[in-house]
Amino acid sequence: MRRPPALLRAPLAASVILSAAACAPVPDGSAEDARTLTVFAAASLTGAFEELGGVFEERNPGTAVEFSFAGSSDLAAQVNAGAPADVFASASTATMDLVVDAGGAGGEPVVFARNVLEIAVPPDDPAGIGSLDDLAEDGVSVALCAEEVPCGAAARAVLDASGVEFEPATLERDVKAALTKVELGEVDAALVYTTDVAAASGRVRGVPFPEAEEAVNDYPVAVLADAPEAGLAASWVELVTSPEGAEVLSGAGFRTP
Amino acid sequence: MTPFRPGGRARPADAPVRIGGGRFPWLLVVPALLGLGFLVLPFAGLLARAPWSTLGTRLLMPEVRDALLLSLTTATAATAVSLLLGVPLAWLLARTRFPGLRVARALVTVPLVIPPVVGGVALLLVLGRNGVVGQYVHAWTGYSLPFTTPAVVVAQVFVAMPFLVISVEGALRAADRRYEEAAATLGATRAVVFRRVTLPMAAPGVLAGAVLCWSRALGEFGATIMFAGNFPGRTQTMPLAVYLAMQQSPDAAIVLSLVLLLVSLAVLVCLRDRWVSAP
Amino acid sequence: MSPPDAALSARLVVRRPAFTLDVRVEVAPGEVLALLGPNGAGKSTVLRALAGLLPLSGGRVLVDGRDLTGEPAERRPVGVVFQDYLLFPHMSALENVAFGPRCRGVRKAEARRIAAGLLEGMGLAGYAAARPRSLSGGQAQRVALARALAVEPRLLLLDEPLAALDAHTRASVRSGLRRRLAAFDGATVLVTHDPLDAMVLADRVLVVEDGAAVQEGAPADVARRPRTEYVARLVGLNLYRGRAEGTRVLAAGASGAAVPITVPGVHSGEVFAAFPPRAVALYRERPAGTPRNTWPAAIDGVERFGDQVRVHLTGELALSADITPAGLADLALSPGDEVWASVKATEVECYPA
Repeated sequence: MRRPPALLRAPLAASVILSAAACAPVPDGSAEDARTLTVFAAASLTGAFEELGGVFEERNPGTAVEFSFAGSSDLAAQVNAGAPADVFASASTATMDLVVDAGGAGGEPVVFARNVLEIAVPPDDPAGIGSLDDLAEDGVSVALCAEEVPCGAAARAVLDASGVEFEPATLERDVKAALTKVELGEVDAALVYTTDVAAASGRVRGVPFPEAEEAVNDYPVAVLADAPEAGLAASWVELVTSPEGAEVLSGAGFRTP
Repeated sequence: MTPFRPGGRARPADAPVRIGGGRFPWLLVVPALLGLGFLVLPFAGLLARAPWSTLGTRLLMPEVRDALLLSLTTATAATAVSLLLGVPLAWLLARTRFPGLRVARALVTVPLVIPPVVGGVALLLVLGRNGVVGQYVHAWTGYSLPFTTPAVVVAQVFVAMPFLVISVEGALRAADRRYEEAAATLGATRAVVFRRVTLPMAAPGVLAGAVLCWSRALGEFGATIMFAGNFPGRTQTMPLAVYLAMQQSPDAAIVLSLVLLLVSLAVLVCLRDRWVSAP
Repeated sequence: MSPPDAALSARLVVRRPAFTLDVRVEVAPGEVLALLGPNGAGKSTVLRALAGLLPLSGGRVLVDGRDLTGEPAERRPVGVVFQDYLLFPHMSALENVAFGPRCRGVRKAEARRIAAGLLEGMGLAGYAAARPRSLSGGQAQRVALARALAVEPRLLLLDEPLAALDAHTRASVRSGLRRRLAAFDGATVLVTHDPLDAMVLADRVLVVEDGAAVQEGAPADVARRPRTEYVARLVGLNLYRGRAEGTRVLAAGASGAAVPITVPGVHSGEVFAAFPPRAVALYRERPAGTPRNTWPAAIDGVERFGDQVRVHLTGELALSADITPAGLADLALSPGDEVWASVKATEVECYPA
């Protein structure tokens, strides 16, 4: 260890002497014993993971779970730039591959959840959307996610496979932005995930459609190679892939393997 | 006995002022260089990581050209609109007194304070298809502003106009109003005084404000993507393209950022040169 | 009340907290009136009120018989040469001069022709394209005058027209201005605090102090017979006020006692007595001979004044004396010394207060 600079040394010494003189029993430094598990997870996992975080902390006393929820690509970029995370849970295998290819994953990623698209419409459904084909009708304005983000890639795959063609009003940067446009009634519909509709229940309504099976989105999770808490990270992966984890994820609208 | 003058001695008027007894002003230069480095280094980072080998092909992609063109035209249009509305507003704030003036002055700065995304939502709530104002427009004309190129301009005006207003207001406050009086005695009406004396004399402030406004509009992201959405060729400006490119390919994002950076630098440098060289 | 032929006839009342201006200004066609007064006396307020840049609290403004009281500045037939000239820095000299005619509806080409003619008349034909900042002080002053005259005003106002100039150019600019003002057939009001400007440029002087007119008259009369301490100091006279009894004026001394001043001629009532410092002689001993006024005094200070030396004296009567340096040396005077000051009665100007 580096010696503290001269300026700091005197007060440091003084405090050591003082505490020794006081002879007070020092309680176990909880700050040193507490262990923190850092989980980077796709924003769509927010609700389910927070619930599982509570379970995890209960099961592992003295452990705190910290989350960083964001777009999977942002998180992948952060992991590859050396962010101190233990676990990465992505909303697509493609973004997970960015980390795997960079050698950032500590093991083989495991798919723990799946998500499919749904049509989100405002509660009053002004355009009367009942199927995917309805989106292509004249005067119907639709928000899709941009193809660069997972929900947009999935939407593109579904539309291409089903041969439905239309020009969307906008290609949103993420699911939340697309949902906002639906909630405000600025568009008649958006293609988002079932989980997003579940999270926004009341403000938007979900219309399932069979073509959604063309793009089932896998959620992989992996312990990271440079995980400071590799042991805890493995326990986390275990929890989310357990039946108990599956129950929580189903509650949030996910399918589980 | 010597005669004396009570008037005192003449002061050397032209002696240059020297600060700090002629020593090198470290106290200013060191933080100044740190500040400059802090602002410039991130760009150096972009340059260092730029994928030079694929630069040419990426630059020629039609998406890049479309986004750049859209950015330049919308930022310029937004600046024009801001000048049209912002200069009179600045004049009102600088030169008139009315109840609520202080509140009005504070309100002008609101777009500077709130996150642009919130600004975008606010614009949707007012001008959107279901908005406070927009619903009537939509009901009567069938026109809906969001997701159109004009919506990009509206979002940019919202976030960028305050820069212009504040800059012009400052210039108008600093102006010597006696010149306006001189113009009035020569027969100039208020409108002529404003057009031929006030505005030309405040020109540096107006230009600085317009440059700031243009730069801010060019870089505008949050309000634009919220209010105008993102559609290539129609509402996808460079910052939006950069953001989305970042989702998939950071290299492409770096290239786009460099393009934006170079184009804006070129425009600003040219503008500044013209402005400084013209007396 | 006002003479029918007055080009300018105005009564100006401007009330502000802690200051009230109330003056009458009458100027005949072709006449130049100088407003003389100390800083803060209200001279510039008069000018701004005449130009319409300052609202009146009372009174009215007639120019060539036309009531301008309610007219805004841009509709008054008034040309103003401002202190510092205020030439528009973003316009050439020609554009500055053409600005007024343009604003008054003259077509562009015609306005430029008028402006070019005026600049030529000012000897500035070669400077038409010059920006104000490249002009010398004297040139700028002429451009400003041309700009004010270009609107063919009936009333010309000049605010300290020479104050921005250095001493060298001042004299020549002053005489040039005098010629040009003489050629102007409307009323001219000129504000100055320099008595020389007033003497050279004006036909009449109006002294304003503390918002009121305190003296008015031909420049020579004002210079010879000042009526206030300010004017007396300005024109360099010793001035006393007192009660006349025959050939004697009883002035109030410093202690309150009456100090007699012998004057030529018989007067009565309240009068002023004035004499120039060069009429004062100083002696170590009380001089003999009677036609002189003699007062004891103490030397307060000495300063060079042209080729003379001005001696400031305190005593019952405070006064200034101009003597030659040789005289000063002969007397071996230094501050605090007691001397006798003497003035011939014939040197004293006495006039009713």
